[in-house]
Amino acid sequence: MSTRIITPVAEFADLLPQDYRELVANGPFFARRGLKDLGTFKEIIEEHPHCAGCGVALGVRLVAASLPAPADTIIIGTPGCSFFGLAQTAVNYSNTAFGNQNAVASGLKRMLSLRYPDRHKDVVVLVGDGGIADIGLDMTLHSWFRREKIVTIMVDNEVYGNTGGQESGMTKEGQVLNMAPGGKKFPKIPVFEIAKVSGCAYAAKVTVASPRMIEKAVNRAVLVARQVGPTYLQIYTPCPTNLKFSPDQTVRVAAEAEKGYYAVEEFITDEAARCLQQLTTES
Amino acid sequence: MVVEQKAVSVDELLFASPRKQVFITGSEAVAEAVKRANVEMAIAYPITPQSESMHLVGDLFAKGYLRDYYRGENEFAVMAAVHGASLGGGRVFTATSGPGTLRAMEMFPVWAGSRQPIVCAFMCRGVSLPPSIQPENIEMGMLLDTGMIMLHAENAQDFFDMILKGYAVAEQPEVHLPLGVFVDGFFVTHTRDLVMLPPEDLKLAPYDPTCSPVPAFDMETPPIRIVRDPLLNKSNFISYAANASWHQEVLAAAERARKHLNRYLGGLLEVEYPDASLFIIASGTAVSQGREALKALRAEGFEVGLIKIKSIRPFPTAELIAATEKAELLVVPEFNAGGWLAREIKAAIDNNSRVCASPRVFGGMTMPVELIVSEVKKAMLAKGLLKSV
Repeated sequence: MSTRIITPVAEFADLLPQDYRELVANGPFFARRGLKDLGTFKEIIEEHPHCAGCGVALGVRLVAASLPAPADTIIIGTPGCSFFGLAQTAVNYSNTAFGNQNAVASGLKRMLSLRYPDRHKDVVVLVGDGGIADIGLDMTLHSWFRREKIVTIMVDNEVYGNTGGQESGMTKEGQVLNMAPGGKKFPKIPVFEIAKVSGCAYAAKVTVASPRMIEKAVNRAVLVARQVGPTYLQIYTPCPTNLKFSPDQTVRVAAEAEKGYYAVEEFITDEAARCLQQLTTES
Repeated sequence: MVVEQKAVSVDELLFASPRKQVFITGSEAVAEAVKRANVEMAIAYPITPQSESMHLVGDLFAKGYLRDYYRGENEFAVMAAVHGASLGGGRVFTATSGPGTLRAMEMFPVWAGSRQPIVCAFMCRGVSLPPSIQPENIEMGMLLDTGMIMLHAENAQDFFDMILKGYAVAEQPEVHLPLGVFVDGFFVTHTRDLVMLPPEDLKLAPYDPTCSPVPAFDMETPPIRIVRDPLLNKSNFISYAANASWHQEVLAAAERARKHLNRYLGGLLEVEYPDASLFIIASGTAVSQGREALKALRAEGFEVGLIKIKSIRPFPTAELIAATEKAELLVVPEFNAGGWLAREIKAAIDNNSRVCASPRVFGGMTMPVELIVSEVKKAMLAKGLLKSV
């Protein structure tokens, strides 16, 4: 997308909503913005109807603000809590049927590669744990097996939040939730480990307690997906509503997890590392 | 090697160009249509009796007629992936059959709701009711309210023409809806028939994503804070109203397809012997069998006519009312146990006790001409139109 496309002609500028004008004047589309600029620019996701203290809302905001090229990024979502903020994103956002996000993204990325062979159009899947690890696991894995050049990001709140707090495959073993009245009977699905052996060129596991790590991982995931192959980012985004902790404790809960079972991990293939090295040298 | 093709209008390709007769299967007719459709991308998942046509589409990709093609992981994923590709602003094709159709079901209303002009072929077969791979079109009855335009091809010629004409109708800016071209599997896909084909060095002009009522997903239109897909999960009147009005617009777009279907298909239905007092009404291959039954009945002196319904959605309600106004009996033979076409006809016309929903065959059974003749006579007997068989 060029500045010409987004900038209104002077005669009509004042007819457009203030929100739109602010995005043109002070959005992230043409001036490079990052997490350190939060609070000083118009973000592509702003108001949202998530619960107070929502980890998913924070995770989605941090990812959106970290995208290296929002002017050419398309986000594919799926039903669930992640939809609420993303539905109001100022980039093309599609949310169709539950779990099909990586299949939609595969078709979209291929078509955009045909239509814009000389430009990077970043296709980013940004959805919850149920969408990736349960109902959409087959399509997630097959997109990796096929080496689709898409970014898959899981905002992992370890629960089906939007439907009222049911156990998901990413829920911790033993956790009591709806549909798991006696506690969950099996451990978290090891999607990060599966990503490493399923064709992902880059994978990272982080939490919302480490925004800078999220920014670094989002950038790496997008850049590697452009040139090498599929990438995966898993972000722990705790849910105060269903896991029953105070909404002002979300980051603390994430930080505690990061010291234990949700420790930061990164995986990169040699080819992806060389690609990032080359990009660093060029810039 | 790929034949150098000139992109032309659909009118030039299908109406102005000289045609040559070939003897091919219905599956080959699909490939001949896709070869001339300027399709950018096709995605396939195997299922009998669809597979052969998508093999041939794969061969077209290998020769360079398509720009991308792959085998997906299941039908739901394939229909999702062609949806993504269509969102990206290009022309796509796929096909499936029976259980594949049901597996992919969730995506068909999504295509319509997102206003994507995806053309999909359905080589209809039995679903697991009990399991059958044989010809049967019960899946059409399950797709009637997905928002998709539905055309039912009688033979390989229809199949070829309806796929190409399907793109022309589906991509009209005022329509811009998915379109399914349905055939009765095996009967059409796996038999050879005479088909008239336009030259292979012509193809449809490319799809123009700027002529869409909704912007392509390519970040080349000003992105603003709207949901492209209809609103979801917002519990307030504005979002209900927005959802309902979007839905109404999908239905209205299908209504606007009527004039284009009339133009390209020469009408949503065809009538043979319009003055008859008794009609056999059918779609798909039941039309062919009905036509043979009509010959046999007319040879016995019965004034029987035939109505071939080509467009199931939109349904030719007004045309059917006009065509059957003076008829005393309407016999509807179908290749399915549910009798969805008879139900549609009963819902469309006055005095629907005139409708005889029979014969219905399924599970791989054929529909012999004698069966239709005997059902027609039984129905006449019941109506008092015949004293004895």
